[in-house]
Amino acid sequence: MKRAAFSALISHWRKHPIQLVSLLLGLALATALWSGVQAINAEARASYDRAAGVLGQDELQRLEPRAGTISLAQYVAIRRAGWLASPVMDGAINLNGTRARLIGIDPLSTPPQSSPVDLSGDGDLQAFVLDGLLFAHPETAAQIPATLPPVRVTDTLTPGLIITDLSTASDLLQTDSFARLILAPQQSVNLRPLSELAPDLLLIAPEEGNDIARLTDSFHLNLTAFGLLSFGVGLFIVHAAIGLAFEQRRPLFRTLRALGLRKSTLLTLLATELFALAVIAGTLGVALGYLVAAALLPDVAATLRGLYGAQVSGALTLNPAWWLSGLAIALLGTAVAGAQSLWRTANLPILAPAQPRAWAIASLKSLKRQALVGAGLIALSAVLAGYGSGLTTGFVLLGCLLVGAALTLPLFLHVALNFASKFSHTALSDWTLADTRQQVPGLSLALMALLLAMAANIGVGTMVSSFRVTFTGWLDQRLAAQLYVTARDQAEATDLARLLDGEVDALLPIRYIEAQIEGAPGQIYGIIDDITYRENWPLLAAQPDVWNRLAAGDGALVNEQLALREGLDPGDPVTLGTAQFTVLGVYSDYGNPRGEAIVSLDQLGAKGAPIQGFNFALRLPETRVDEVTNLLTTAGLPARNIRDQAAIKAFSLDVFERTFTVTGALNVLTLGVAALALLTSLLTLSTMRLPQLAPVWAMGLTRAKLARLELLRAIILAALTALIALPVGLALAWVLLAIVNVEAFGWRLPMTLFPSDWIGLFIAALIAAALSAAWPARRLATRPAADLIKVFAHER
Amino acid sequence: MLQVEKLTKTYPSEDGQQTVLRNVSLALAAGESLALTGESGSGKSTLLTLVAGLDQPDQGAIRFQNHDLTQMDDAGRADLRRGEIGVIFQQFNLIPSLDVAANIAFHARLAERADAAWCAALATRLGLEAHLARYPEQLSGGQQQRVAIARTLAARPKLVLADEPTGNLDEDSSDTVLDLLMSGVRETGAALLMVTHSLRQADKLDRRLHLSHGQVSG
Amino acid sequence: MSVRPLILLFWLWGTALAAQGFAGLGTDAEGFAIPQRGTELTFPDDHGAHPDYRIEWWYLTAALQGEDGRDYGVQWTLFRSALEPETGTGWDTPQLWMGHAGITTPNRHFVAERLARGGIGQAGVTAAPFEAWIDDWAMTSTATGGDQLDALTVTARGMEAAYTLDLAATGPLVFQGDLGYSVKSASGQASYYYSQPFYEVSGELFLPQGPVRVTGKAWLDREWSSQPLAEDQTGWDWFSLHLNDGAKLMGFGLRSNSGVFTSATYVAPDGTPTPYGDDALTLTPLTLTEVAGRTIPTEWRVQLPAQGIDVTTTPTNSQSWMDTLFPYWEGPLRFTGTHSGIGYLEMTGYE
Repeated sequence: MKRAAFSALISHWRKHPIQLVSLLLGLALATALWSGVQAINAEARASYDRAAGVLGQDELQRLEPRAGTISLAQYVAIRRAGWLASPVMDGAINLNGTRARLIGIDPLSTPPQSSPVDLSGDGDLQAFVLDGLLFAHPETAAQIPATLPPVRVTDTLTPGLIITDLSTASDLLQTDSFARLILAPQQSVNLRPLSELAPDLLLIAPEEGNDIARLTDSFHLNLTAFGLLSFGVGLFIVHAAIGLAFEQRRPLFRTLRALGLRKSTLLTLLATELFALAVIAGTLGVALGYLVAAALLPDVAATLRGLYGAQVSGALTLNPAWWLSGLAIALLGTAVAGAQSLWRTANLPILAPAQPRAWAIASLKSLKRQALVGAGLIALSAVLAGYGSGLTTGFVLLGCLLVGAALTLPLFLHVALNFASKFSHTALSDWTLADTRQQVPGLSLALMALLLAMAANIGVGTMVSSFRVTFTGWLDQRLAAQLYVTARDQAEATDLARLLDGEVDALLPIRYIEAQIEGAPGQIYGIIDDITYRENWPLLAAQPDVWNRLAAGDGALVNEQLALREGLDPGDPVTLGTAQFTVLGVYSDYGNPRGEAIVSLDQLGAKGAPIQGFNFALRLPETRVDEVTNLLTTAGLPARNIRDQAAIKAFSLDVFERTFTVTGALNVLTLGVAALALLTSLLTLSTMRLPQLAPVWAMGLTRAKLARLELLRAIILAALTALIALPVGLALAWVLLAIVNVEAFGWRLPMTLFPSDWIGLFIAALIAAALSAAWPARRLATRPAADLIKVFAHER
Repeated sequence: MLQVEKLTKTYPSEDGQQTVLRNVSLALAAGESLALTGESGSGKSTLLTLVAGLDQPDQGAIRFQNHDLTQMDDAGRADLRRGEIGVIFQQFNLIPSLDVAANIAFHARLAERADAAWCAALATRLGLEAHLARYPEQLSGGQQQRVAIARTLAARPKLVLADEPTGNLDEDSSDTVLDLLMSGVRETGAALLMVTHSLRQADKLDRRLHLSHGQVSG
Repeated sequence: MSVRPLILLFWLWGTALAAQGFAGLGTDAEGFAIPQRGTELTFPDDHGAHPDYRIEWWYLTAALQGEDGRDYGVQWTLFRSALEPETGTGWDTPQLWMGHAGITTPNRHFVAERLARGGIGQAGVTAAPFEAWIDDWAMTSTATGGDQLDALTVTARGMEAAYTLDLAATGPLVFQGDLGYSVKSASGQASYYYSQPFYEVSGELFLPQGPVRVTGKAWLDREWSSQPLAEDQTGWDWFSLHLNDGAKLMGFGLRSNSGVFTSATYVAPDGTPTPYGDDALTLTPLTLTEVAGRTIPTEWRVQLPAQGIDVTTTPTNSQSWMDTLFPYWEGPLRFTGTHSGIGYLEMTGYE
């Protein structure tokens, strides 16, 4: 019985292949975009972790010279004193024009935690220490000229990095001394202290936390939001396809039940069928997701590299957990999309009639009811925006806003078409508008999907673009000096100050201490009074005469994160460390997750806490940047302690263009899913719509003309949907910028509008609608007359 | 006005080609009415759709006024239908998305022959004035067919084609509807070609042609 | 002291060497020098390194008693492995060094391991004055006259424990095999092999619970070769026994798929060696112990009928597991039977 019933149930799909395809494709695409984004995020996070751990700098202490390098003799002396230290050569080499970082290691003394390459293969160690062997990421390996030693590619290294043996590195870098020594985590007993043994070396603590992962959070949040939206949009298709398939099979359910099939058995069979479909579509979707991720990753990698300096591999590694989570999300999506249909089937009287047309044609009353719920949700989101707090609330708000807008869409379309028909003067336009209106319920799910896709495009696009505008402007203000230099201790700072005296226009010492700020760890900076700050510092709010008062020690500046977190306005008191200060001003500080404050340098010194950071901002003519950089490196300051403002800015601008590539690609994909939803809905409706079209055809309209009108209708609906998508998208952008970003990162970005983007998107939506209507329209234009004639002869 | 000569029409079916019409000829003068009778499957409905230009015969000619429908393209036949021919089927004649008033005026407006007074008069005559703001699905079968008749007459076609226009109605309303159609046709001077299986109804028309297995008999 | 380090180094570097046809240690020598029977060893030069031979070691085991009355054991080993038969300079030197140190107490076994490149001064051996070192571990001659190895100071240090031992030889150097030419398989693979088994030891162990003064007997093995193992040999059991009458016994069994190849040298109290070829020595495992997930015979019956020796050995700590890159069992023991005394046992190739 079960088997017979099951085969009867699934025979439906043979008769309705388009429904099957739309169901599978919708689910597969939803899964693909979701899991694709997940794969990109996972790959990036893995890269951050690898970068943080490539030489164990995330967990191992190291010794660095105060100046210059560490000699071989000193290294051997340290080893012979019993310290387990491993030498590292670190320098840059030129690979046909691009620079790569070359790191030389001694595989025999490298602690296991810091072993960056695998030498366990046949002959690996011998080749590494004796013949010379370079390890590099495939992208970097491709740039290494044949004149260098042989290259072994490995995905475990970040791009731009080459690892080799000290013997090889010493030849390539023309050095016999080391940049640093890595200390093994466990050392022998009874050792002579390093401070006696090597007083000229600095013991550097492992780099705590993963700054890059923290900085890139907002970028990944955007990707995730996109993935989630695409998934939601895909579910609209699935929901529509499942709903129709269940409705059309109601006579079959009735028959099966009449033949004695239990309701529970029927539901089990249907659930099994959905499960099987979900597994098939999920597998397909994960495979597609892999392709999506593989295609997008190089651009994402470029974005992250430029924006955050995060080295992310452009190649994707497969992870079984990721495959499984992709499948799980497909199953979950199917469960969500099919729940309503299953529930309805479970509660259906045996003899209820099938009404596939009624399924497609909802009454105005139900449209109004739907819109009322939607309006309620939008109102709720407004309440949440006004009174809610927290990141979760932010996302709930987003959900309410989007679902609410989607639910009001059908009524809006209905009303808009009604209004338009007032201006219609020909029979054809009357009919076209009236018929379009009647199509709204049948297409509403697909149009909601389109609405969500477009709103997401506008919202996320606006957020990203606003971010770009704000961030680049902020960079200009914040990076007013040409060079930023970090000394490693007080002595070096004093030396640098002496060295730079007279070499630069302004030498601005910046010191900071780690301190509790209003009960949370943060940094307090000390600066001197200078025109640079007065002219450029990005203050969001300030008391009058702020800079003079700061210099006089009258109070402190706090960053926006701190101000928002503690509800501080200029004039309020703030506790920095153990002392109370008056807030003189609030400055924007994008990308910093922690609270921060600025006081005068004198006050910072007076606090008595150990100074942790010895930084200088150097103002000098652009033309002397190279000269001063050389001066500093010659004096022994590592190159990474010198940062050039122009390079940082150029990077950022380049990066944002790359960011747009990724956002753009995701936009197109989301829109594509919505177009697919429209296509499958139109195909499904096209058969049901024949009774609506046949009389008009009989009255003298050709099928070609009718098909053109079908196309026009889809475009009209898309255009109206786009109209409502604009405010929804802007609302979305506002929520992202003013609520989600603030909750997630502690800073608020001003919203900037980009109307030219909207026009582009509007056109894209119309094209998408036209493309999705093209096939059903073509099918209509070439339909045999007999099909239409049958309408008049057939029973419903 | 209408000459049908030696029409043959085959349809593909599961047993291969099935010939529905074989060498059927007929003629109809202006203002004349002709009943097509025959059992189910005799090909009478197919003949009607060919005359309406909704489909093309395999062989033969259909001359209407000075046109040969078989020599015209789809657009030409559609133009002819829009302007000169009114078709009433057994069901699904109406446009679901338009209300009764709009349905009645629709064909006339397509033919650019709309006449509000005439439409109103037809609505009154057919007893539809109370239903003008309703939608087809809110009407009974008889009411729907009256709307279809009103719509056809409103366009003042030269030829009215009706395929079992009362086939879904009970006998009483069937007679009423047919009478309304006949009087309307007569008043507009149109010719009427009507398919029916009812001899009683056929007798109300000027002439009768019987089809059997796709051929004219008797 | 046999072949264990050969396999050890074979495992450590073997994958590298295999690529050059070194997969069978005994099969060919790739430009490395090969031991020749009849070569006279000269000192102090041969105390130093032989970079033209593939592998070499300075291997010390000391069976000790603490002033607390407990038994202890100490191991100090420096291995040299040449990737190519060259001395080289700086980082390009193809000589690699490895140190193993062990301290055995009745209930703990401390292990430390060091690796180093040759050519930069981090590890090496000088013949005169004799010093063998890797990092801070060293075996340094303190001899004022006579042979450089007559008196030594030995130190090593690990994560938890360290030791310093002073060694004084009470007898001469002993040549193993045929005047130092020691055959390692029935098919003729051989090494140069001499020993100093006559050390009296005093020193100090620095254990987590505090220092312990110790005294005892130590045995130094010097061996170098390029091809000393037959291909089918899977492991070995090696004994160094200090007999209470002042005599010494070195004996080993090389296990292979085809059986056990045994070899022994009986050293009279005056230092006169009597070498015995295959089958003179019988080694019988008595007690099997679970060690590091393996089953290992930790008590043995050792019989050398030619010298009337039939003893049973008992380890100080049956868990004397050297958890190094290539792990093995190595620890002090006591024996009783026809003779009694203290000694050392090492066992490899138990999977």
